[in-house]
Amino acid sequence: MLANLRELTLPLVGVFVAAKGRVSIVVERCKACGFCVEFCPTKVLALSSAFNSKGYHPPHVVSPEKCSGCDLCGMYCPDFAIYGHKLQAPKAEATAEAKEVNNEG
Amino acid sequence: MTTLVSPIPGNPVEPFLRSDRMPHIWCPGCGIGTTVNCFAEALIESKIDLKTLALVSGIGCTGRVAGYVKLDSFHTTHGRAIPFATGLKLANPGLNVVVYSGDGDLSAIGGNHLIHAARRNIDLKVICVNNLIYAMTGGQTAPTTPGHATTSTSPYGTFEPSFNLPHLVEAAGAVYVARWTTFHVRQLARSITEAFNKKGFSFIEVISPCPTLYQRRNKMGDGLETMKYYKEKSKTKHGAPTSEVGLTLNGEIIVGKFVDRDRPDYSTLLKAQMHESLGDKYVDYDEEQGYACSADGGCEEDSCH
Ligand SMILES: Cc1ncc(C[n+]2csc(CCOP(=O)(O)OP(=O)(O)O)c2C)c(N)n1
Ligand code: SF4
Ligand code: SF4
Ligand code: SF4
Ligand SMILES: [Mg+2]
Repeated sequence: MLANLRELTLPLVGVFVAAKGRVSIVVERCKACGFCVEFCPTKVLALSSAFNSKGYHPPHVVSPEKCSGCDLCGMYCPDFAIYGHKLQAPKAEATAEAKEVNNEG
Repeated sequence: MTTLVSPIPGNPVEPFLRSDRMPHIWCPGCGIGTTVNCFAEALIESKIDLKTLALVSGIGCTGRVAGYVKLDSFHTTHGRAIPFATGLKLANPGLNVVVYSGDGDLSAIGGNHLIHAARRNIDLKVICVNNLIYAMTGGQTAPTTPGHATTSTSPYGTFEPSFNLPHLVEAAGAVYVARWTTFHVRQLARSITEAFNKKGFSFIEVISPCPTLYQRRNKMGDGLETMKYYKEKSKTKHGAPTSEVGLTLNGEIIVGKFVDRDRPDYSTLLKAQMHESLGDKYVDYDEEQGYACSADGGCEEDSCH
């Protein structure tokens, strides 16, 4: 199964030292609804101009350093095509971040 | 105890999906998939033993959930998810039985089952994805379609009064009633977790976009536009009187936990009555004969897992 999933993950941790989280996109599942782009609290994503094989424009990462790994994108994605996860980070900061990204309403 | 854990940090919903059936058939911007993420989150949060879980759907776009989750699931006949689920629960009281279906399935053809399961307080967790329409069959008016909405069967606008589902199920006897929209992902996950900790008939309504049929015919934009509308027009009012939470075409959406109360469920009442009438002659078949399929077993049958 995993072989079928073309995953766009961030290439090098060293380049994005500031990032507390990372987001992965399974581009072939995406139907370009834009939910992840709109509701990412730190605006990490944008819909790309590239097509997937079904003709949709999947999101791509425009501000990787802002990703907290909160997985709100994953919670919203109706196509199970994106998810965020936290990277190992100094504990205190990671916890503060996790509290910030609640969408209480 | 069966729990599913991804070996690498992956999408938390993935272990609960039949990945070989992806991509699913739901349209771009359809909200049903989003509700599935919340359901998966609730399963993780509540640490529920998946061996004790059964998911039952009727027919419709929402009914497809039963076919996409990697759980013991039944995709039953239209309107009859609750009767199937009731049978499962009574025959095997150790199961946590979830009914996951659409507004049409649950409140139109299955409407009588809905009110009577609530009245009898059968221990079921009902997740009703309300897209205000019969989506799968082409967007016909449902009992939930708000006044003035255009549908394939009401091209000049709906004029029938609609059901306010939280009000209906509260009046019928549900012990837990909440409503969220697909915008409220964390809150929805929390409500589902709460329902797992409740004994009795729980009902969670999720207002969800059907951009292909409902929003398009009503010129309400796509799924994302609808999500923004939910964000803007929803007002959280926990404990709001359910008589005041009816939906309108473009108006405010009252969300929150409306009802959280306790009353004895169907099995408890059944046993109490039988003990009263039959005394020692009555044997609780689930407890004393060990039929309950619970985490620590008792049941010798492995084939049912
Ligand atoms: C006995 C019977 N009558 C009618 C149908 C046709 N039918 C299939 S799905 C559906 C409506 C589904 O609406 P809803 O439950 O709201 O689900 P949605 O597709 O909106 O998620 C109907 C009328 C059927 N399958 N079986
Ligand atoms: S939410 Fe999912 S389907 Fe929608 S644009 Fe983002 S990745 Fe694609
Ligand atoms: S994990 Fe959170 S911060 Fe990172 S892209 Fe997803 S929504 Fe944005
Ligand atoms: S028809 Fe509507 S409810 Fe059905 S999959 Fe499409 S958007 Fe979702
Ligand atoms: Mg429907």
